[in-house]
Amino acid sequence: MQSKTRLFLAVVIVSNAVGNVVLGYGMRGIGDISSYSPAALALSAVRSLGNPWVLLGTALLALFFAAHTLLLSWVDLSYVLLVTSLGYVLVAVLGAAFLGEQISMARWAGILLISAGVSLVGATAPSSSGGGA
Amino acid sequence: MTAFLLAVVVGGGVAGDLLKAHAMRRQGAPQSTAGVAMLRSLAAAFANGWFLASLAAYSASFVGFLALLSFRDVSFVVPATALGYAAETLLARVVLSERVGPRRWAGAGLVIAGVCLIA
Repeated sequence: MQSKTRLFLAVVIVSNAVGNVVLGYGMRGIGDISSYSPAALALSAVRSLGNPWVLLGTALLALFFAAHTLLLSWVDLSYVLLVTSLGYVLVAVLGAAFLGEQISMARWAGILLISAGVSLVGATAPSSSGGGA
Repeated sequence: MTAFLLAVVVGGGVAGDLLKAHAMRRQGAPQSTAGVAMLRSLAAAFANGWFLASLAAYSASFVGFLALLSFRDVSFVVPATALGYAAETLLARVVLSERVGPRRWAGAGLVIAGVCLIA
């Protein structure tokens, strides 16, 4: 695997996982959304923009989208999709490390299966057309 | 209603990925690894109809997700997400003609089982 492919996969996985965790943390500070009317949602969205965690999370998710888009110009979707499922593992580990969440036996089994699956997919050629990677 | 919204959420996400992958494959890899080339490649995507269609699909998925959140707890979405992995891998093989050999299929099976357990 090219180092460029490796770097972009790492950016996609980490920015998506950390972005979602940070955004979720920030949004919890905004408080419950009591109504789902468009006006109430817009108000919540505007209010959340004043929260630095929300801004950081949004920036990370924008980085994720840019890196994911570029990566798909030279790597198979089926490869990117499956390898980036490592994000689930990262979220579970981050939750345990920073939010004190428990990892149940079922989740450990999930972590094991995903890791095994990703190592299998990672051993295949990233690009069907052979170009770029 | 729940089933319909679930189909919009998962289907929109899968369609968005497929459309975007098709758009970016047509466009080709950035000229170089320089940041400027990357930005130029991203800017060019916005002139690509397939890419714009992918944004529409992602948007539909997101709106469906918000609508679903408004009346259901989202934990039940997970099995559908795992189904999305299977559908997307299959469609990448059929629609985008990607080479998915036995090893990648086996990996997909493990990932899908793992996502069911973890999420």
